[in-house]
Amino acid sequence: MSGSNSPKSVRTPLGRVRGLGSSHSGTSDFWRQRLTAVAMLLLMIPVIFIVMSVFRSNQAGVAQVLGSPIVAIVMLLFIVASIWHMKIGMQVVIEDYVHDEKIKLISIIGNNFFSAAVALASIYAILKLSSGV
Amino acid sequence: MALSIVHRATGVALYFGTLLLVWWLIAAASGPAAYAHVQAFTGSIIGRLIAFGYTWALIHHAMSGIRHLVWDLGYGFKPSEREWLTWAALIGGIGITILLWIIAYAIGGGR
Repeated sequence: MSGSNSPKSVRTPLGRVRGLGSSHSGTSDFWRQRLTAVAMLLLMIPVIFIVMSVFRSNQAGVAQVLGSPIVAIVMLLFIVASIWHMKIGMQVVIEDYVHDEKIKLISIIGNNFFSAAVALASIYAILKLSSGV
Repeated sequence: MALSIVHRATGVALYFGTLLLVWWLIAAASGPAAYAHVQAFTGSIIGRLIAFGYTWALIHHAMSGIRHLVWDLGYGFKPSEREWLTWAALIGGIGITILLWIIAYAIGGGR
């Protein structure tokens, strides 16, 4: 790294202090990718336990289990962590392999739409099961 | 070892696999008729293969992910350590997946 007063740097002192770079979000995606990874490692054991407990259930049995508060909260946490994680991961994959600017832009928009739709649909289903309507 | 591309590939597979998760949750929230469709699919040969493959992708991605977290913390960079971590992720992923399905069929709850 060049010194803070290097004549070769075009970064302003304010930009250097903020440390967010050209993306304007700094390392937040990098950090959230790891944060959600650790969250999922912790949540994976109860989630696997929940899925196994309804392995052979009919709809009424599954609805009863998924609608109970603790199970619903664990599932919601896992869904939020996993979809946040996969949205960031897919963006990294797109940025690494898609070099055409237009296709890249469309892919990134599609990634955001897909992730948002999957997240909202899953959360809606859990909340509907929880409210029992 | 070429395991980092497998980490990505399983990640992408899990990404599209969430459609199955959504289908399962929406069907459970919709009612018995919708849920019967999911059960018909997951009970079929193709459905079972996809469910098994999805489990492996999830467990492998998690094991391989732990390896990346270890590296993020600055450990495990010696050649012997790298090899050990990679084999542990590979064998652990397959082993835990098989174990989970044995447990699921043996004592999986419900009905």
